[in-house]
Amino acid sequence: MVKKASPPSKIAATLPGAFLIGGLICLLGQMLIDGYAALGVEQKFCPVAASCTLVALSALLTGLNVFDNIAKYAGAGTLVPITGFANAVASPALEFKTEGMVLGVGAKMFLIAGPVIVYGVAAGVLYGLIIWLFGLY
Amino acid sequence: MSVIFLSYLKAFVVGGLICLVGQLLIDFTKLTPARILVAFVVAGVFLSGLGLYQPLIDFAGAGATVPLTGFGATIARGVRDAVREYGFMGILLGPLTASAAGITAAMIAGLIVSLVFKSGDKS
Amino acid sequence: MAKKQGKQTYLMQQCLTVRAWAAVGSKKEGQGPLASGFDLIEPDSTFGQDSWEKAESRMVSLTADKALSNAALTYEDIDCIFAGDLLNQCVGTTFGLRDSGIPLFGLYGACSTMAEGMLLASLLVDSQTVRRAMAVTSSHFCTAERQYRFPLEYGSVRPPSAQWTATASGAVVLEEGNQPPYLRAVTVGTVEDLGVTDQNNMGAAMAPAAAATLRRFFTDTNTSPEQFDLIATGDLGAIGSQLLVELLQRDGIDIKSRHTDCGLLIYDRQKQDVHSGGSGCGCSASVLGSYLLPSLRDGKIRNLLFMPTGALLSPTTVQQKESIPGIAHLVWLSHEKEGIL
Repeated sequence: MVKKASPPSKIAATLPGAFLIGGLICLLGQMLIDGYAALGVEQKFCPVAASCTLVALSALLTGLNVFDNIAKYAGAGTLVPITGFANAVASPALEFKTEGMVLGVGAKMFLIAGPVIVYGVAAGVLYGLIIWLFGLY
Repeated sequence: MSVIFLSYLKAFVVGGLICLVGQLLIDFTKLTPARILVAFVVAGVFLSGLGLYQPLIDFAGAGATVPLTGFGATIARGVRDAVREYGFMGILLGPLTASAAGITAAMIAGLIVSLVFKSGDKS
Repeated sequence: MAKKQGKQTYLMQQCLTVRAWAAVGSKKEGQGPLASGFDLIEPDSTFGQDSWEKAESRMVSLTADKALSNAALTYEDIDCIFAGDLLNQCVGTTFGLRDSGIPLFGLYGACSTMAEGMLLASLLVDSQTVRRAMAVTSSHFCTAERQYRFPLEYGSVRPPSAQWTATASGAVVLEEGNQPPYLRAVTVGTVEDLGVTDQNNMGAAMAPAAAATLRRFFTDTNTSPEQFDLIATGDLGAIGSQLLVELLQRDGIDIKSRHTDCGLLIYDRQKQDVHSGGSGCGCSASVLGSYLLPSLRDGKIRNLLFMPTGALLSPTTVQQKESIPGIAHLVWLSHEKEGIL
């Protein structure tokens, strides 16, 4: 009964936004990679530098109260790229500023992003154990 | 020129498609955003471990490295390199080595932003 | 002394009137269809404060002040106040009223608090224990988001079933008197839970509680929906409203033509991005003050069953995957002193 009464998200409305904005963010990433390469940054660091630039940009847009308005239309388009991670770190830092720099900003920064690091690292350790045990490296 | 255009097109399409998968998860499951982030990073670690993600990075460039699966792939690459170099200790040293830049950038950017700005009402 | 009738209903024995009321809202409420009925619309949702919690407290004190000035009274004239909000330890209320000097009862009934406050205030006034009592509740979108959901700047997507916490507050002053609107009876709600666990679908979680209280009121008073012009639930939203109507239909009670929901009245769902409608203690309280009470005074509504619903969850119970219990309290407000019973 509850299911029947609750409308699903409008699929037709959410998918193009996610594809378009997600794609554009990756396109921007590619332009940054090429740009850093042209500036003489060492090839293997270019993707990292591009990702970090996107992180900084997302944090800035979060601070300017713009990121959430883009995300409203983008959905997973801003969530899934590294921009989503940056927003997950910056938004609680900003929000809990009123509770102080240490227990507010410092502690709450990982409210949403903490699990991402924890389980990413855990998966990495599991993978490391497997390749170490079976000599797959 | 057309090579560059093609690389941009590939980045756009592959990146867009990975986001599309995320949107389908949002629409069809009750997964919260935090869970989706975790799922993508963990998936990236394992896809990279199975050797499936590097070909995608070679093909699409930022289209594969910018999504969080790429972040997971970076963690896996860090582990692989570290185990190769240090053996068992590499298991502990690796995960955060390659991903350090992204995490540090997010922390510092978050910190600076919180010093400068304030949260605002939604409209 | 109010007379207990049936299991959960109390009929007022004195002639209780809502002497004055007030409704305060912010930007989004000011863009809604009821904007002109509000006593004050503060477009800046910080209310000039440096934290969202202080903003909500400021809103509470503004609302209480406004209700008193509408009643041409001062804080000294009020014997006690029943008040609550959605924040942990009800800090919106207590900080907002700390300088008022009114004897305070802090309440938590989630979004049903306005009815709970009016209910307790009316019992106390009707028993002539106190002469004049007040009820006030508030909710603030930003404080609710940061306590119950995500940081404000977090780019999450709200599903269509989600509701929008109103940044609003409402207050009423109750006493014995001879002018409408009158408060005729109250029904105390029970906690009901049909196992809905989705925090983004609270209307559905609260509908069973609303159905139970309404059914109980009709049974206790031996009345039927046709005898009332309007049944206004608090914040069931579009989905919860539909479920309430269906739940009651099963018991042969048809309220469809006379039911509305404060969460649907406060915003324009076509033009304002609020998904399933408004919610929060301030939603029903401000709709009461901006629209329902003036209509009752003028006789445009003659008999109203005001029944805000509350979802009794906390972030902890949600994370522990508990279902969401609901509660609904009912207040019968009327343009007439007697009749129907």
